[in-house]
Amino acid sequence: MLKQTEGSHAIAESVALCRPKVICAYPITPQTHIVEGLGEMVKAGELADCEFINVESEFAALSVAIGSSAAGVRTYTATSSQGLLFMAEAVYNASGLGLPIVMTIGNRAIGAPINIWNDHSDSMSMRDAGWIQLYAETNQEALDLHIQAFRLAEELSCPVMVCMDGFILTHAYERVDVPSQSEVDAFLPPFEPRQVLDPAEPVTIGAMVGPEAFTEVRYLAHHKQMRALERIPALAAEFERRFGRASGGLIRPYRTEGAETIVVALGSVNGTIQEVVDEMREAGVAIGSVAITSFRPFPLAALREALMHAKRVVVLEKCLAVGLGGIVSDGVRKALSGIQLNGYTVVAGLGGRAITRASLKRLFEEAGRDALEAVTFLDLNTDLVAHELDREAGTRRSGPTAEALLKRLGTVSARIG
Amino acid sequence: MEMQTVRFYQTGTFTVGNRLLAPHERSVQAEAQRANALTSGHRACQGCGEALGARYAIDAAMRATGGKIVAVNATGCLEVFSTPYPETSWQIPWIHSLFGNAAAVASGVAAAMRRKGTDDVRVIAQGGDGGTTDIGFGCLSGMFERNDDVLYLCYDNEAYMNTGVQRSSATPPAARTATTPAMGPEPGNVFGTGKNVPLIAVAHQIPYVATASVANLRDLEYKVTRAMEFRGARYVHIHVPCPLGWGSAPADTIKVARAAVESGLFPLFEAVNGEIVSSTKIRRRTPTADYLRLQKRFAHLFQPGGEARLAHIQAIAERNIVKFGLEGTGA
Amino acid sequence: MDKPFAITLDVGTSLANKTGSWRTTRPVYVDRLPPCNDACPAGENVQGWLFHAEAGDYEAAWRLLVRDNPMPAVMGRVCYHPCEGACNRGTIDAAVGINSVERFLGDLAIRRGWRLDAPAESTGKRVLVVGAGPSGLSAAYHLRRAGHAVKIVEAGPAAGGMMRFGIPKYRLPRDVLDTEIRRILDIGVEIELNRKVTDVRAEREAGGFDAAFLAVGAHIGKRAYIPAGAAARIVDAVSVLRGMEGEEKPMLGRRVVVYGGGNTAIDVARTAKRLGATEAIIVYRRTREKMPAHDFEVEEALQEGVLIKWLSTIKNVAGEATLTVEKMALDDKGYPQPTGEFETLEADSLVLALGQDVDLSLLDGVPGLVIRDGVVEVGPNMMTGHPGIFAGGDMVPSERTVTVAVGHGKQAARHIDAWLSGGEWRPPARHEIAKAENLNPWYYADAPKTVRPMLDALRRTSTFDEVQGGLDEGNALFEARRCLSCGNCFECDNCYGVCPDNAVIKLGEGRRYRFNLDYCKGCGICASECPCGAIRMEPERN
Repeated sequence: MLKQTEGSHAIAESVALCRPKVICAYPITPQTHIVEGLGEMVKAGELADCEFINVESEFAALSVAIGSSAAGVRTYTATSSQGLLFMAEAVYNASGLGLPIVMTIGNRAIGAPINIWNDHSDSMSMRDAGWIQLYAETNQEALDLHIQAFRLAEELSCPVMVCMDGFILTHAYERVDVPSQSEVDAFLPPFEPRQVLDPAEPVTIGAMVGPEAFTEVRYLAHHKQMRALERIPALAAEFERRFGRASGGLIRPYRTEGAETIVVALGSVNGTIQEVVDEMREAGVAIGSVAITSFRPFPLAALREALMHAKRVVVLEKCLAVGLGGIVSDGVRKALSGIQLNGYTVVAGLGGRAITRASLKRLFEEAGRDALEAVTFLDLNTDLVAHELDREAGTRRSGPTAEALLKRLGTVSARIG
Repeated sequence: MEMQTVRFYQTGTFTVGNRLLAPHERSVQAEAQRANALTSGHRACQGCGEALGARYAIDAAMRATGGKIVAVNATGCLEVFSTPYPETSWQIPWIHSLFGNAAAVASGVAAAMRRKGTDDVRVIAQGGDGGTTDIGFGCLSGMFERNDDVLYLCYDNEAYMNTGVQRSSATPPAARTATTPAMGPEPGNVFGTGKNVPLIAVAHQIPYVATASVANLRDLEYKVTRAMEFRGARYVHIHVPCPLGWGSAPADTIKVARAAVESGLFPLFEAVNGEIVSSTKIRRRTPTADYLRLQKRFAHLFQPGGEARLAHIQAIAERNIVKFGLEGTGA
Repeated sequence: MDKPFAITLDVGTSLANKTGSWRTTRPVYVDRLPPCNDACPAGENVQGWLFHAEAGDYEAAWRLLVRDNPMPAVMGRVCYHPCEGACNRGTIDAAVGINSVERFLGDLAIRRGWRLDAPAESTGKRVLVVGAGPSGLSAAYHLRRAGHAVKIVEAGPAAGGMMRFGIPKYRLPRDVLDTEIRRILDIGVEIELNRKVTDVRAEREAGGFDAAFLAVGAHIGKRAYIPAGAAARIVDAVSVLRGMEGEEKPMLGRRVVVYGGGNTAIDVARTAKRLGATEAIIVYRRTREKMPAHDFEVEEALQEGVLIKWLSTIKNVAGEATLTVEKMALDDKGYPQPTGEFETLEADSLVLALGQDVDLSLLDGVPGLVIRDGVVEVGPNMMTGHPGIFAGGDMVPSERTVTVAVGHGKQAARHIDAWLSGGEWRPPARHEIAKAENLNPWYYADAPKTVRPMLDALRRTSTFDEVQGGLDEGNALFEARRCLSCGNCFECDNCYGVCPDNAVIKLGEGRRYRFNLDYCKGCGICASECPCGAIRMEPERN
């Protein structure tokens, strides 16, 4: 059913269609509307047979989810930013125990300085926590990915994060096609746990494992993600067959045929990138783009296949490996191992900084001339930075950086454009 | 306490069992077919009070529920000594997640049981004092205020033993730990610090709160059994001596625990819906010095200059005796 | 369940980890000798029969009791219960009232008509027992049980010895005594009354007896030289008490003075009261603390109005009724010394209770016998210097009580039994004594001793009704359950419960427990928490 709705609400509806039995909620911007929506549905009886638990922290949220999942019921939660970091220990634990929890990440920057706006710093910090990470490009895809995520998680006994850009998707009102309950039921069978806490068949879950078997346990976790590399495209194909639209998969190339320059990115920014690609293609530039949907497992082979014929690759990242540059770039380079082409890392959109078509076009043109530095900060206010560096060099007690920058800018409102 | 009707037989109701009591009057631990939820082969130190307390409590819960128990365990000695791969000592469905989240995981299990329609399966969360009163305190309080259907068992050995005896918020004043060494003008743990989680639990007005000790099995079993009669959040805080951390003889584990109770330092009481409803009376009053002297962690109190601190501890015990009504005739 | 590798485990798998290898000391179950058993002159297994009584199985208790002592109802009245003096419960509150439980069992046996076990198959041996006092009856009983033919020859008109002719009725009703004696005779003990054995060798030969046990007692009252006029009425205590069994009661008058400080002096004074004396005065040369009579008997006598003049000796009797009494004072060593201060007492009769001598005439001419201080020397096997002639009770050197006599009879019977088959009876090795410090008294509930009812004072001084009542069943059960079971497992399950390693195996009722050394880490909590001290920690050898 087509409806015009807020991204968060679309996700709530999607999750409800998956019939979770336990939902743990703790508010944090920008994912809050999702659990609010679910809470309403539970209260209204639209989502029947489900525990909606208001917990005292994100750490508790995922911990409650661990308990209910281990007890054998389908479990969902959502968080963002600081919340994800606060639950970090439990994030690793859920995957270590092989619990198929699905969690939405409304992607948001991490402080300090505190910032509620979008980038990928939060989910990227958990990239090696053993969870599958899927990044949605649109609200429709986010909705669809949740349905696939439960199926994937439960098939593999591995938790899945569905990452969607905070505000840009979560708070955007768009038209989405919400499938029917019977369609979802046909795609997503009831949860059959691999292990369960049950007095009829008691087991000890979460043993202490020493050097004698720890590597093997870790290898098996890796192996599980390698299997996901096969299951993710297969599920996307099945989803397309049943629901009539393409969603998910490992990567999504856009106009890469004959492209000399290919831009790689995650999430909603791909929409803007594709518009710029279209514009430049019209101008005769051989440019294309690739959206990575599955960041974990990382689709090395698919990316290699998609990128190997280009002359250069620009990885546009909404995150920063401080002291190194790119995070996604690392994986892309690994995918291209042995292939000679120019690679650029562009850090963009941090803390909600708008990524404009104009900026992207300028960036891609520079890339086409191979005039980019290895690591570029898109739209960096170099004057501001230079001034601050001077000031800090001149005064030992230079005070807080963020406040100094804002003062220099002469405004306390966030500069988005 | 109504269950403690005395059928006088030599040892009254104080021994684990006796051949002359009717079967329903015998303790769970007296049963030849008791659950032994925590079975042999675990790697707890000799004379471990926690291993004993855990078996006492879980076996009692097993009897109270007809064996329908799921346990969630915080990280700590109990978890480490009972479940090193490839062997587990547990005979019940059991999960360990993290140090600080046992109460929350248990909330999740309880929610799942309710949704599965199997809420005759009861959920127990358990942890040491560190996992309960410190790092797990947020999750514990959350579980309490939501009144989730979980019995939380805290095995209190008054410090972080698993990591090598560091101070926790349950460490008593003057106790020497690795992080409160017995040196300087205030040797050992500082007076006036720490928190009383049982009373904090009472303040949450949850259905049931009790303190218990491995020194009084009947009382402990009664309290766990009583706890299982309630739905909602319940808390039983069990005093379990640690021979290693306390510097007491392994054979003295129960003796030490008994001295804590009989001196008034560890009051045994129960509270229902936020009100303290009973306390277990001291049977044979013991001076606190007799308790402290059994433990090397308090050895410095018996050096010259320790008198004032000894008197302070005695005063704490006496305050407890008045506050909790520990004297007089009772069970 | 298709369980994840390593992090999920099958339950109970730690049983593969044998933690017993950690052990440096191991617990061992021991049996220690309870102090009550140790103290019992009759060698009763006190703790053993209390164990059955605790369970309400009184017949089993009684049967175990009579294996050592065939007269529980008598013992429950006249025994001075050294067991209670030794009882460890005395260090907690008060000793277990063992004697009162014994009496309860004895009385119950009489009420229910329980009979002694039939004797073993006949051995063909014959044993002569001379004297039907407690020692002779005890020996006869044990010998008969062992399958020997036993004949008692008794000089008096009835069996019982001092139990009948020395102990007043108000302490031991005669129907009780008669019933318990009858029960012994009923298992096939032959008795001949009213015949004094004058020559034991002749008697043995004539009857074809393979051995003889002599237990003629000590019933000749000692006399002391007290200058007195011919009109003075001076009698000895034994005669007075014996006279109580006859048709004509002794005539003591309204003012009776008893001279002596033993239990017999008390008995006579109390008897005099009951015979109508308005004054019964005991004259004793030392103080109450030094008095050989048992304190509770002194107390009962005082309650009944008996007067006692301490630190006094009788110098002479003037006329028919005036005694001259000299005050004494204790010297540094506690001996009474004359002070030269005199006073007079009016008395219708003076009863001398100064001890008894043995009539040894039947032993005249028996070779090998050694007689010293008026009693017969016996060896550790109770045999006199003459082969095949054994002796016990008051006629051998020992404390003169009914219980000691009963013990002698049992000891002698065992030795005679062994001697008859050419062997030697060796007592089994004794366990170490269970001391109070072996116990963990915390586990024992506070329970004060049950006091037996006493006859009211008026009836006590006017009748010969039994002074001390018995316990009812509830009281007796309670009292039995006060036993701490010192040194012997009574299956309280403490070791089974307190082991942090589940390394104690409960074998089921009556079979106690076993340590599972595969898992026992040797912590020693079981030993510390054993209420009765039945577990000892021993160093691990390897």
